[in-house]
Amino acid sequence: MGLNRLAIGRRYDPGPPFDVSRQKIREFAAAIGDDDPMYGDVELARAAGHRDVPAPPTFGSVPSLLMGQGPRTDPEVGLDFGRVVHGEQRIELTRPIYAGDVLGGMITIADIREAGSNEVIEILCVLSDEGGEEVCRVTSLLVSRGTATGSRNV
Amino acid sequence: MSEPVTRSFAEVEAGASLGELAFDVSRADLIRYAGASLDFNPIHWSERAAERAGLPDVIAHGMLTMALAARLATNWARDPGAVRSYSVRFSAVVPVPAHRSARITVSGSVVTKLDNDRVAVELTVTSDERQVLKHVYAVLQLAQ
Repeated sequence: MGLNRLAIGRRYDPGPPFDVSRQKIREFAAAIGDDDPMYGDVELARAAGHRDVPAPPTFGSVPSLLMGQGPRTDPEVGLDFGRVVHGEQRIELTRPIYAGDVLGGMITIADIREAGSNEVIEILCVLSDEGGEEVCRVTSLLVSRGTATGSRNV
Repeated sequence: MSEPVTRSFAEVEAGASLGELAFDVSRADLIRYAGASLDFNPIHWSERAAERAGLPDVIAHGMLTMALAARLATNWARDPGAVRSYSVRFSAVVPVPAHRSARITVSGSVVTKLDNDRVAVELTVTSDERQVLKHVYAVLQLAQ
């Protein structure tokens, strides 16, 4: 019980870059029921000033979850998924994610803190394009229910 | 075919309504979202897993609710690429029964006008008369 405070600041291997295809954007848009024609029509997207088909605003959560398995499964962090609920989510975008982007990730445990009888772990995923420019910053706050019984150090 | 025109910053007033949207979310929608988002947590498709986690039923992905709510903002802005920041707190789960859809309702308004043709908007997201997301704010990039 109790998450390991020494894991704060720890970085994890994000795995290979995430290729954002037009197909994946269409698939994600369909899964959220969004029938905006711009997701399927690059000419329409360009007419609106985009360089390619834009992804829906929360699309960054897909590479973020895929790349962010490290902190979620690291036994030294000690998350028990039977106790975890999603507390908060923040997404910051320098620009929309576009089809054609190849996004590299940087995964960090930004914080672990107590909140009443619970603990909160903040996982940060920074997504950058092939030129190294930051595109999207995804912050996931996971609540570990009932584990705030004194922190554990490994 | 008419060209899309992003909503213009000049035409927006603080306090303006973004309108309202309602979504009916079924188990099939959860399966589809699981596949597209790569979030295969079984509490979103298995009643047994949901029960083991102490939940009343299979629940919708928080990120699906967040994505649906954003549609009000992008529809209003008339640009799916308008969002520059978006944050939510998950305040209640959305149970999705096996044979009946859960309805999620989203409304919103412009909180303030910012620099560089951006606006901050706040959304209200409810299901079954409960606020399922709280502190729902987005910053949108509009046209001039």
